[in-house]
Amino acid sequence: MSNSPVVLCDAVRSPFGKAGSLYTGVRADDIMVRTLRGLFERNPELDLTQIDDVAIAAATQVGDQGMNIGRSASLLAGVPASVPGYSVDRWCAGALTATTTLAGAIAMGAYDVAIAGGVEHMGNHPMGDLMDPNPRYLAEKLVDPDALAMGSTAERLHDKFPHLTKERADIYALNSQRKTAEAYAAGEIQRDLIPVAIRNPELGWSIATVDEPPRPGTTLEALAALKTPFRAGGRVTAGNAAGLNDGATAAILASEERARALGLPVKARMVSFAFAGVAPEIMGYGPVPATTKALEKARLNIGDIGLFEINEAFAIQVLSFLDHFGIADDDSRVNIHGGAIAVGHPLASSGIRLMLNLARGFELQPHVQYGLTTMCIGLGMGGTIIWENPHYLGKRG
Amino acid sequence: MATPITLPEGAPEEVVTHALLRDVDLTPFGVAGTLSLITLDNGLDHNRPNTLGPTSLMELDAAITAAEGDSSVAIAITGKPFIFAAGADLSGLAYLATKDQALAIGKLGHDVFRRFGESTKPTFAFINGLALGGGLEVGLHCNYRTLSATAMVGLPEVFLGLLPGWGGATILPKLIGPERAVQVIIENALNNNTMLKAKDAVALGVVDAAFAPVDFLEKSVQFAANILNGEKIIRTDYSQDDAQWSAAQAKAEAAIAKKYRGADIASPQAALHLLMQARTNTLSQGFDAEDEALATLTMSDSLRASLYAFNLIQKKRKKVEGAPKANLARKVSRVGVVGAGLMASQLALLILRNLKVPVVISDLDQERVDKGLAYIHAELTTLVEKKRMSAEAAAALGRLVTGSVSKEIYVGCDFIIEAVFEEIEIKRALFKELESIVSPECILATNTSSLSVEKMADGLKNPERVIGFHFFNPVAVMPLLEIARTPATDDATTATAVAIGKDLKKTMVIVKDSPAFVVNRLLTRFMGEITDAIDEGTPPAVADSAMKSLGLPMTSLELLGLVGPGVALHVAETLHDNLGDRYRISPTMQNFVKSGVRAFYLKDGSVNPDATAQLIQGSTPSTSEEVRVRALTALAWEAKAMLDEGVVATPSEIDLCMLLGCGWPMHLGGILPYLDREGISDSVNGVRFHQPGVASLPA
Repeated sequence: MSNSPVVLCDAVRSPFGKAGSLYTGVRADDIMVRTLRGLFERNPELDLTQIDDVAIAAATQVGDQGMNIGRSASLLAGVPASVPGYSVDRWCAGALTATTTLAGAIAMGAYDVAIAGGVEHMGNHPMGDLMDPNPRYLAEKLVDPDALAMGSTAERLHDKFPHLTKERADIYALNSQRKTAEAYAAGEIQRDLIPVAIRNPELGWSIATVDEPPRPGTTLEALAALKTPFRAGGRVTAGNAAGLNDGATAAILASEERARALGLPVKARMVSFAFAGVAPEIMGYGPVPATTKALEKARLNIGDIGLFEINEAFAIQVLSFLDHFGIADDDSRVNIHGGAIAVGHPLASSGIRLMLNLARGFELQPHVQYGLTTMCIGLGMGGTIIWENPHYLGKRG
Repeated sequence: MATPITLPEGAPEEVVTHALLRDVDLTPFGVAGTLSLITLDNGLDHNRPNTLGPTSLMELDAAITAAEGDSSVAIAITGKPFIFAAGADLSGLAYLATKDQALAIGKLGHDVFRRFGESTKPTFAFINGLALGGGLEVGLHCNYRTLSATAMVGLPEVFLGLLPGWGGATILPKLIGPERAVQVIIENALNNNTMLKAKDAVALGVVDAAFAPVDFLEKSVQFAANILNGEKIIRTDYSQDDAQWSAAQAKAEAAIAKKYRGADIASPQAALHLLMQARTNTLSQGFDAEDEALATLTMSDSLRASLYAFNLIQKKRKKVEGAPKANLARKVSRVGVVGAGLMASQLALLILRNLKVPVVISDLDQERVDKGLAYIHAELTTLVEKKRMSAEAAAALGRLVTGSVSKEIYVGCDFIIEAVFEEIEIKRALFKELESIVSPECILATNTSSLSVEKMADGLKNPERVIGFHFFNPVAVMPLLEIARTPATDDATTATAVAIGKDLKKTMVIVKDSPAFVVNRLLTRFMGEITDAIDEGTPPAVADSAMKSLGLPMTSLELLGLVGPGVALHVAETLHDNLGDRYRISPTMQNFVKSGVRAFYLKDGSVNPDATAQLIQGSTPSTSEEVRVRALTALAWEAKAMLDEGVVATPSEIDLCMLLGCGWPMHLGGILPYLDREGISDSVNGVRFHQPGVASLPA
């Protein structure tokens, strides 16, 4: 690591939509572009010519998410042509990987300021769209047949940890909805949303201003009654999993030195990161080894972490993580404003959503010194970043 | 609520522009509440812009009613991507049979649009793309307007022979002052239908703000929110500014006089009248006056001729009548221009700029070649200086053009156009020589204005590759290209010529190879009658003003100065030799050429005394009206002869040639609709060129 740590200066996102609804008729790159512009407008101190690179993630990199979306979206957003850009793919952890990759470049001194982002329009690009898995996977039993269907991997986690029941998953999901509703009522979510113009050819123009997926009125009974589409008599439902969503996120990363010099905000300081693999059919377990590794690198214990932002691809995946580390299902340090089960999970974009939630948590809780963002990744991986709270007041706080 | 009207009988079915209503949550923009946002969208892409016909207007009316009725705090209207609205649906206008129908259309537009001005809620137009005519007028009724920074807006009605009669003629002078309104409504319309760029629209006050297209809607909604939060846009009251109103009147009258050369043309006059009345008219009074004026214009032959001309130009720009299949065209990757004189150099430059392929020129000696090359390079430099081309692009084009005194330079060309001396033997010998140098497929084109293309191909091994490719001066500006086929010209040659013409952005008419094709034949006949009248003893001033009421862009003797007596005489002689004595050789003209008189008028507009001295006049003068009828009679006779000979297949192509080859005005429909409505066609030929209703009021 260089002398100057890597910091998250600011992060924003578009409102998230349900696939086939809010953003129908809207291009993925347009959502990304608008999100970038919202980020720049919020940070007028940032001279765009000083950006060293733009890394943008998408899981399906074709059509309106193709053409090197990192370069294309930044050109479309009005970033000067002298600023380069590239695209990143690590499925759900795309934006997380854009962040760590750029952080690496900043840490070694190659970059001073960089933009990370992620976008997924699952309405335009359903999961697995144009995917062509090598037949060897199944012929040679390289992976379990369940490995390629994310819902089935979640069922497999339930199989693996039978004490993590459907009821616990539903209660977790209900809490996520509740926390999101409370955060919305307090204006905590809206503060980081960039309004995005939307046009549906049938409905005309409007502006997306809030997340579409949350179901604040849902009940445990309603959740219990939902079908288990991935397995007859299974445990995974549309209610205890993230939906299929559209949205984009973007963040400014910088060396702390440059951030301070430019007068940019400093919202989180990167401590360490790690990615790790697990068996593809239990991909939801990935955050466990990734977090263990990241903690080791940071020379921290799980007990040092005061705020957790875990991507809620599935409730069971969060529960297995908490269970492993001996954290209660409803621990107040976890996903303080709810998570993807409520607001949605536009695949590659979600990593930065975790960061902006954590950054807000840091601001609200200056007694917390460390937090982490973690998520599971298809084909059996997890990724974790450990962050330090720049607002930390010290032990007395 | 507006009252629905039905389309006139025979009118094509309306492409309905729907008015989609949706809410926008204003909370993130700092306003509690919602905005009712109406989107105009006909469900088709930007190639078919939104237009407003009766059903569209009723849908908009219903959307406004719904927006008025809901709990929103403001109402806004926007368009589909790239297009706000391109104005009234004109396709039904040609079918309006009574003035009452015309009045009803004007009134319907007002009844709907004025609701934006009279709403109890603040109203906004978010003009996200092209907004023309009625499209812009929708916005003018709103309280505030934003405009996408790349959108163009304008009021082209007067260009079309109409006036901005859905509120524009009344609202705009009140909003931006009469002088600026004259600029937008009259000057721009008469100046080749100039549209406003966003920065001009902001500067003139037509719109209140312009925003980049990338987040135009978000910024426009923020603009609206700021207004709702109390931000003010300052509006000026111009009604007491006497000086401005008189200056506006003078400015408009000057523009009209310049364009129509003193002819009394209804549409700009009526527009100006309304515009001046706007000073004291209430909006309601103004709208009523607009309805009346618009209906009167709509029920005039000249408006019907204008619409016919406008549609003709639009249609033929895309589709070339009688063109062979486009896929027969051969690839053109090297072009030759023979001659390095001014015309040849202009052609070389035009081809270079548009085809961006190697262009080679030659002439008799190195000095002329160098002069031609220098001209091209100088023009490229000028384009760079005017910021119409980058220095790099100009340098790249500059490298593509080469010249030589040797015809060997044409080896490898796919298309060669000659612009050498107008002498059939010289041209024939040239083609013969070129044939020994180039491939059998290389097209040999001629820019001759009057000589026989067929004779030029005489004796060639491959006469099927010879074609006429006749431009009009100045070649970069005039949109017409006459393509002359000989009986031998094959389809591949014609298709290739058409493809090149398309690349050169020309509108093409394919004509039979015949003396002077269309434009020069008609013009020469027409000018011949004027000079004949002078030769017979009519004072030049009387003869030359005989056509004043038509509003032609220049008089016959002014045109003479432009083409030069030498060329004019040469064409007249060719036509005399080929078509007979009706093309007379004017002794005055011969005198002009002999004595080196280059123009009848001097640069300052006064009569050239040298020209007057060379007049040879008889003693049987005609009156101005006699000259007019005589010239029009000649045109009617000649046009009929051309159709009978098959020079072109349809009267429309003759009109198109006159509209685009010599800028004859749309209110004449080119020329034939005017000859029809003046009764000349009937009296000369016993038959009209166009059926009633095609380019005139229905019978």
